[in-house]
Amino acid sequence: MTQRQLDPDKIDVILATDCGSTTTKAILIEKVDGHYRQTHRGEAPTTVEEPVADVTVGVTNAATEVGELASRRLVDENGEIIRPARGNEGCDIYISTSSAGGGLQILVTGVVEEMSAASAKRAALGAGAIVLDVISSNDRRRPHEQIQRIRELRPDMVVMAGGTDGGTKKHVVKIAELVAPAKPRPRFGGKYRMPVIYAGNQEAAALVANTFDESVTLSVVENVRPTLERENLEPARDCIHDLFLEHVMAHAPGYNRLMEWTDAPIMPTPGAVGNILRQIAERNGINAVGVDIGGATTDVFSVFDGVFNRTVSANLGMSYSISNVCAEAGMPSVLRWVHLDMDERELRNRVKNKMIRPTTIPQTLEALVFEQAVSREALRLAYLQHKEFATTLKGVQQQRTVGDTFSQLSSGQSIVNNMTLNLLVASGGVLSHAPRMEQTAAMMIDAFEPEGFTELAKDSIFMMPHLGVLAQVHPQAALEVFERDCLIYLGTCIAAKGRGRAGRPCFRYEIEGPSLREQGEMPVGEMKLFPLGPEDRARVKIEPRRGFDVGAGSGRPLEKEVRGGTVGLILDTRGRPLILPDDRSECRQAVATWTQTLGLYDS
Amino acid sequence: MGHAYTPGLQVSERTVYRARRTLPIPGEVLVNQGDRVQARDVVAQTDLPGDIFPLNLANQLSVMPGDIPQLMLKKEGDYISEGEVIAMTNGIFGMFRTPYHSRATGTIESVSGITGQVIVRGKPIPVQVRAYASGVVSEVLPGEGCVIESQATFVQGIFGVGGEAYGKVRVIASSPDEELEAEQITEELKGCIVVGGARIHGDAARRAIECGVAAVVSGGIDDQDLRDILGYDLGVAVTGTEQLGTTVIVTEGFGDIAMADRTFELLTSREGADAAVNGATQIRAGVQRPEILIPLNGDEGEAHGSAGAVAGVLEVGAPVRIIRDPYFGVLGTVADLPTQPQVLGSGSKARVLEVACASGERVTVPRANVELIAE
Repeated sequence: MTQRQLDPDKIDVILATDCGSTTTKAILIEKVDGHYRQTHRGEAPTTVEEPVADVTVGVTNAATEVGELASRRLVDENGEIIRPARGNEGCDIYISTSSAGGGLQILVTGVVEEMSAASAKRAALGAGAIVLDVISSNDRRRPHEQIQRIRELRPDMVVMAGGTDGGTKKHVVKIAELVAPAKPRPRFGGKYRMPVIYAGNQEAAALVANTFDESVTLSVVENVRPTLERENLEPARDCIHDLFLEHVMAHAPGYNRLMEWTDAPIMPTPGAVGNILRQIAERNGINAVGVDIGGATTDVFSVFDGVFNRTVSANLGMSYSISNVCAEAGMPSVLRWVHLDMDERELRNRVKNKMIRPTTIPQTLEALVFEQAVSREALRLAYLQHKEFATTLKGVQQQRTVGDTFSQLSSGQSIVNNMTLNLLVASGGVLSHAPRMEQTAAMMIDAFEPEGFTELAKDSIFMMPHLGVLAQVHPQAALEVFERDCLIYLGTCIAAKGRGRAGRPCFRYEIEGPSLREQGEMPVGEMKLFPLGPEDRARVKIEPRRGFDVGAGSGRPLEKEVRGGTVGLILDTRGRPLILPDDRSECRQAVATWTQTLGLYDS
Repeated sequence: MGHAYTPGLQVSERTVYRARRTLPIPGEVLVNQGDRVQARDVVAQTDLPGDIFPLNLANQLSVMPGDIPQLMLKKEGDYISEGEVIAMTNGIFGMFRTPYHSRATGTIESVSGITGQVIVRGKPIPVQVRAYASGVVSEVLPGEGCVIESQATFVQGIFGVGGEAYGKVRVIASSPDEELEAEQITEELKGCIVVGGARIHGDAARRAIECGVAAVVSGGIDDQDLRDILGYDLGVAVTGTEQLGTTVIVTEGFGDIAMADRTFELLTSREGADAAVNGATQIRAGVQRPEILIPLNGDEGEAHGSAGAVAGVLEVGAPVRIIRDPYFGVLGTVADLPTQPQVLGSGSKARVLEVACASGERVTVPRANVELIAE
């Protein structure tokens, strides 16, 4: 990375790339009328693999494309990015994220699965890693099974935690004694010295160091769990980022050169997405959930009451992992979202064909409906995993009593609360490229089951990674672009929590706005869509019946201003939790009605 | 009209195949540059560190972990056998001493006074790497392995299960659209690479495993049959380590689908030849497809091109296979490549192409839904 002093006031043109596994996406951000705006976008195939095996080739191709679209020369005759910007040439800063080559893969160890190991896992996930496995003293595997597992894995690094400061040493060393002789083999071949980060009981650090030989590079950082009631994730996260650059990236083809080009450290893509979501939630004082559904994995990010969590569901995705979604959810669960008649055997073969040829796209309406049904299940399962992981003792540097810690262990209270969720952001192919915005909104509502008043948005062109890394060097530019160009607001969903018999009254509504004035009663089991444009707002008063809650408590009225969007205002009285009829024909009938109400498909 | 790049699978009568054969950890390379090797020859070998057995002596002997080093009768580096006494408590005035009988055989790697654990390392696990491709060693990678160059007929499949296997090619289908059924698999096919036509039935795959068939290659397979054979539903396409006894490779995909004529004709033309196959499939970063490699004897003329993933130019006249419903499996040639994106039946907008199908029909499909049939 070049050590240039950057004056934020003198930055007018920003080039940002995200090097994904298959595509390198470049965006150009320019100062227009005193505000930062995302102006152009280009992409090119990622080139980390043979025959090119140099990531910078894909970067220059993507930058050239964006340059051509912007009529701005960004790459010079030597294939390097031109800086600083002068006239119609170059950019002031260049930044990048990367998830090429399968991203950052980490093995986590700890003493107690729910405590130190969970904290270490959170640090790894928060840094943007895929956690391959968590080894702990109480993970119900016998030592030889744990060793066997470590030997099978191919992590990029190991994060070890265990014990509070001054607490157990024996158990911490015991885990080290499993890891050291197992000698986990890195993905990048025999000459790579495995980075091991020790973030456990500081008094055991020397003993842990003695356990390892020269085949590993050991870094000792502050304890992720210095006391039972406090988590301290930042030092471990920072160390993961440093080692990601020093070791993992340095072994990936062309990254040494790319690191020299960038004006800020390259971040793992999911780490950057989490970074921007955290900043937005913090700045606006809201609770937010973001999801990125890809071909192989689904990432869920949440910020509730300032506490950030990220999970990655490694085998829930829409192409490489589509078969796994169907296997985990079960085909009946997928098909409940389908209002058309489909042959299960044929569908199973189609799923496998998509798995082995992951780049194909649905050509027929039937294929699209089925893929969107699969996506609902992938998102639902990923969110379920997220809720289970994001429990009370989560986040950075929070204080609580020992009593709380024990009650959390027994109850596992999730901090994810759909009723207090303000903003739900969608990104990833199946959500971003859905032919109709209504389809994106429907997939999000069905999978996440938001309660009360929730704004829905989508990341227009998957710009969040770029903005996440930009936020590190120029927060103002990142936030401006996020608000103006990154998010496309779909509208607001108002859903009642509670269950009731279909057809019985659920709530009364009154909508007052410049472009929309409506009132009426919603029976249980229905959906209704009102047009409310992206620039429009309206005041909505909801009077729920007893047993139903829209945010003020059971049966208590609530009035709020809502934001419109490309879809509008959606009222949902299907109940929470959302339970579809068991009978297949009844279920199809119900789904067909909702589909028609929201105008999801033509037939 | 325009052109685009679309990856395809290679089906080549003659090609130069380069097999990079490496050990998982450094070891001994047994061949020299220029050596001629056969597929089953061992070209490199090493010993993987043996399995590890942690023995918790402190718990077993009910003593403090810090006492364990003093109670050991064996030291680090000593070889011990299962049942052998390796530690003894001090007892009371030297009496009532409790021995600890090792529950593992191997070498003592470490004795910990912190945890009271003794780590025993089992026998090294020998690993041998075979040549896989019959040919000439073109490069030696010191301590790692070698590169073997082979002139061969090379066919990539789309999906497989099971690892490397060797045998003679036996084509038992009379046409590429003939399904492969159990009664066609006989004991005589033991150790052979059996080639069928269209979908392989689950019973046929099971029969092949029973008969000791080295590998079965066919056009398609039903998902349900695959699940029955494996015993589980495959979630992600990362295969090759299955221990079925028979490697299964499909060339086209899942469902009722015939093998491409050209693939079938090519395999038929090599009936009786020695072949090596690998069912390993990985459809993520570093794509790996299953393959059938049939070395040429050298008197069939010079090979051209080289094996591996291909990225050809999608242009008018190029032979393609449609790889998604509603025309899944249909073969044809590119008839037109309109530049402007079109709205599909799904409502999505995408760049498309027109395919003149072998049946004479002309259909429009998204460009993402075809693959080149490459030479």
